[in-house]
Amino acid sequence: MALIKNGTLAADIWHRYDDDTPLQADIPALVSLERWQAEREDILASTADIGVVLRADQHPDAITGDLPRLQVVALEFPAFTDGRAYSYARLLRERLGFEGEIRAIGNVLRDQYLFMQRTGFDAFEVKDGVTTRAFLAAIEEVDLYYQASADTAQTIWQRRHTTEDASAAAA
Amino acid sequence: MYRYDEFDARFVKQRVEQYRGQVARRLSGEMTEDEFKPLRLQNGLYLQLHAYMLRVAIPYGTLNAVQMRKLAHIARTYDRGYGHFTTRQNIQYNWPKLEDSADILDALAEVEMHAIQTSGNCIRNTTADAYAGAAADEIEDPRVWCEIIRQWSTLHPEFAFLPRKFKIAVTGAAQDRAAIRVHDIGLAIKRNEAGEIGFEVLVGGGQGRTPMIAKKIRDFLPKDYLLSYLEAILRVYNMLGRRDNKYKARIKILVHETGTEELTRMIEEEWEALRRVTSIDIPPEEVKRIEAYFAPPAFETLADTNVAFEAKRFEDKAFAQWVRHNVKPHRVPGYVSVDISLKPVGGIPGDATDAQMDLIADLTDCYALESEIRVTHQQNLVLPHVKQSDLYALWQALAAAELATPNSGLISDIIACPGLDYCGLANARSIPVSQAISNRFADLEQQAHIGPLELKISGCINACGHHHVGHIGILGVDRKGEEHYQLTLGGRPDNEAAIGKITGPGFSADGIVDAVETVVRTYLNIRLSEAEPFIDCLSRVGADPFKERLYGEKAA
Repeated sequence: MALIKNGTLAADIWHRYDDDTPLQADIPALVSLERWQAEREDILASTADIGVVLRADQHPDAITGDLPRLQVVALEFPAFTDGRAYSYARLLRERLGFEGEIRAIGNVLRDQYLFMQRTGFDAFEVKDGVTTRAFLAAIEEVDLYYQASADTAQTIWQRRHTTEDASAAAA
Repeated sequence: MYRYDEFDARFVKQRVEQYRGQVARRLSGEMTEDEFKPLRLQNGLYLQLHAYMLRVAIPYGTLNAVQMRKLAHIARTYDRGYGHFTTRQNIQYNWPKLEDSADILDALAEVEMHAIQTSGNCIRNTTADAYAGAAADEIEDPRVWCEIIRQWSTLHPEFAFLPRKFKIAVTGAAQDRAAIRVHDIGLAIKRNEAGEIGFEVLVGGGQGRTPMIAKKIRDFLPKDYLLSYLEAILRVYNMLGRRDNKYKARIKILVHETGTEELTRMIEEEWEALRRVTSIDIPPEEVKRIEAYFAPPAFETLADTNVAFEAKRFEDKAFAQWVRHNVKPHRVPGYVSVDISLKPVGGIPGDATDAQMDLIADLTDCYALESEIRVTHQQNLVLPHVKQSDLYALWQALAAAELATPNSGLISDIIACPGLDYCGLANARSIPVSQAISNRFADLEQQAHIGPLELKISGCINACGHHHVGHIGILGVDRKGEEHYQLTLGGRPDNEAAIGKITGPGFSADGIVDAVETVVRTYLNIRLSEAEPFIDCLSRVGADPFKERLYGEKAA
């Protein structure tokens, strides 16, 4: 798996542990929600950097109180057609104020990259061999949005009424 | 009507280019059909029985003459010379090529149209009262908020992959002509006691294999909060709607399984939280900007009745008959709305040829204020603002092109889905049954004598032909490899929306036409007078007298 972060292919320093493998202190750990809930104190004691993986049927409400201790929340797309994680990402960013990494895992394709980015994802696990260029091109294809979301981009509705853009629209 | 500004135009252009790239990746083999499918669907391109089908969005059924000419051009250039207007106020082309699809979208973009989200599990084209801005019983023009919903829902990043498709309908009038009670969300504009305008919000209506009437979840929502409220509904649905079974994935099932009260509580809670943290609602200055596009056209001050028009109506019986059925009252004196029937006797419901579309565009330029045209969910067209004094000339021109069948709201004004002639989902043909019924009742005098009667035909349980809400509904099923048709009675899509009930065992393709005739003859025998329409008579006497005649004494 490769990781796209901040617009580039990055080395992934995180290890996704299965539920039975002991954690190593010096390796940032991604663990399942079940393991996190069962072993919270042990995990916090054994390693510094922790992330939790939520399946598509696991709502972020389950980790609301833990967010200050988490560097990463990974949200799973079991299939790209399962859009639950888009809502979860927005809740994490906009309602729960999570500022750490929100990582898209599972069936992550360039054609959904724009939606993921707009809903608050900032890291993307992609198939090996996928080019970053294709992903970056995907968000440049459409760069105008009507509605507000978790990103900070100005919406068309805002731009229509700011002086500089409004004169462009009238032109 | 709404016009694109620089932003809308650029956005649609970007979207076409993005799609062009996706088609190229598909054709080169870089992308699999599985990966391509949701992308083409969100751009309106289906794969049907024999070919691709392109569904073009006509936002809330409103278009102008220039756009209609472009639709004719597309039918002529990229299809086989016709298009099919749908119950969702869209148009479908049945024979486009994948290789041409981006060019077609380009042609649409030239006239401020697109096919975005006409398919796929996302928020579809919002539909509205076809007589919006013209109807005498209107509280406020629903199209302002339909356009706002269009913009808000377009490529909404959170709601592109919902459990299932999602349809919103809006009415601004006392009489619901948009079938809002059989939509995922139905919105009815209303005025509260303080005189403020807002929406009554209904959720969870729908047809398909589990038909349900929408439940009211809010009596009055101040209109400024519409988008945050919609966002709350959609978010709850996106997170909780079933994804394990596509037949149980619509929001109606979530409403049914969760309970209206509990789901309402969840939606209200989500809405309160949404309003506290983010600013989803459209800025007031933007509402004003969009509202300005829907300002009433420049109506002349006219007398209530036009003498020449009245004289023609007296002299020409055929004209009078058309006026009686296809001309609707308007809120401005001297004006009317005109139904253009796409249901000629024996024809295919909703189909129009390129020549007919061109002619309608020309007539619209001559006779309809602001060259405006509407598509109705009954698969007809409407010219919303026409002067009474122009009616005779307009009628003559329409009649010459087989567009003046005086059957609006009558038994041959049939809604029918494309059925097994085109559709990959269908179990049975709809179009030939519709044509046979239309031919059986070809006598227009007789149709008028029968009076208002809504007959609707679906070729499978997905109910695209709205059979559940037909006064008489016909559902095509497959019985051991044979086309077979079930008959339902008593459905209706209006304020008193109801799902029709099956009469009993089904009929063959020929038998169903006889069965419809039996139902109609029974009605004519038992109605109190011509003033008692079929649907009223049925609710007075119940289905038993009809069943007796259909199946004999025992069955009833």
